[in-house]
Amino acid sequence: MKLFVTDRHGKVHELEARKEWSAMEVIRDANLPLAAECGGACACATCHVYVEGEWKDRLPEQQQQEIDMLDFGVAVEENSRLSCQIKMSEDLDGLTVTLAPESL
Amino acid sequence: MAVNAVPAGGQHKTDVVIIGAGPIALFAVFELGLLDLKAHLIDILDRPGGQCAELYPEKPIYDIPGIVEVSGQGLTDRLMDQIKPFGPTFHFSQMAEALEKTAEGWRVTTDAGTQVEARVVVIAAGGGSFTPKKPPIPGIESYENTSVFYAVRKMDRFRDKIVVIAGGGDSALDWTLNLQPIAKKLLLVHHRDGFRAAPDSVNKMRALVAEGKMEFHVAGIKSLIGANGQLEAVALNNKERGDYQVAAEMLLPFFGLTMKLGPVANFGIGLHENLIPVDTEKFETSEKSIFAIGDINTYPGKLKLILSGFHEGALMAQQAFRCCRPDEKLRFQYTTSSTSLQKKLGVL
Repeated sequence: MKLFVTDRHGKVHELEARKEWSAMEVIRDANLPLAAECGGACACATCHVYVEGEWKDRLPEQQQQEIDMLDFGVAVEENSRLSCQIKMSEDLDGLTVTLAPESL
Repeated sequence: MAVNAVPAGGQHKTDVVIIGAGPIALFAVFELGLLDLKAHLIDILDRPGGQCAELYPEKPIYDIPGIVEVSGQGLTDRLMDQIKPFGPTFHFSQMAEALEKTAEGWRVTTDAGTQVEARVVVIAAGGGSFTPKKPPIPGIESYENTSVFYAVRKMDRFRDKIVVIAGGGDSALDWTLNLQPIAKKLLLVHHRDGFRAAPDSVNKMRALVAEGKMEFHVAGIKSLIGANGQLEAVALNNKERGDYQVAAEMLLPFFGLTMKLGPVANFGIGLHENLIPVDTEKFETSEKSIFAIGDINTYPGKLKLILSGFHEGALMAQQAFRCCRPDEKLRFQYTTSSTSLQKKLGVL
């Protein structure tokens, strides 16, 4: 199962994702720079990513908790998601995301 | 809860000064207290608890030994109860800014001018200081403290100004309601037509919009227009209107807090990737009598768990005793059986 991640310099990383892991955990495990300060509790909005292309509509719907927490995200766009709330599964093989800019 | 919090600006002397007041710092007070060492704690937040209080006060924690389930705030409250017999002194809403060597130990100075002298320094600062998130808008830094503010210290600064508030949480909505009556014009900008803020504040804001007393824009902020630190307009973008500009003199972004290592990086202690390497016997840093415990330290096998931080605090306290009381013999005792410890705890 692949997770493609574009870092903040535009470099694409092909990561091997594991079922049940969140996208945040896969990205963090690859030592890419993702703060994920609260460790996956949907309490900080520092694991913010942009979901690329058609993937936005293929992901399971956002829970209200994630929608509310994104109010504390910086540079939020229509395709913004919190990667700690995206659980990897076979359906998401090939998911492509870009790391959102961080707070200055 | 009675907390011994003292006003900023004073000069203090104690055995151990702890930077941070999260759960690991609080339990360190307990372990130090059993050894008769007094502690002062400095924290940027206005209350104890650190991440437990700021990030997840209501979220459950299931991996504290012996406690099946406790919330972040619940754990903080219990730790505060547990250390009450040792009367720690808290310096809240301040950032430890400078560390200097003195004849007897160390002097920590905060950004509010408080000075604490101690034989031992314990850095229990977690992920660093909680500071306001700064949106990555190009050039925003050149407007900071003239047109861009991340907190409202003096409301008068915003009187008769065109104020743009960005965000959708309680701070954004509360300041919208507070500043609307005194601003020349107030615009709230948020990326969606929905808010995590309290529904009551949102309703009040919507009523002001309906009465034509302020504007609400569902949009993103793309850039800032102005010169010499003086903001003139904010460039917005949304689906309906594409790119457009609104006049603005002040911008208040409210996107919650993030953790920055801050001045600890300049304390002259060895760092590795923004963490402080320590030994696993005493949890001492590259500087003698400066310790680091909890999420801010690193060592082979480190796990960022609250329970690991508790262990680190217990071992740190042993060495802190040797630093503070070099002529005394350290006596290892159990709270279950030691009457002297039970007296300290006030249970005898």
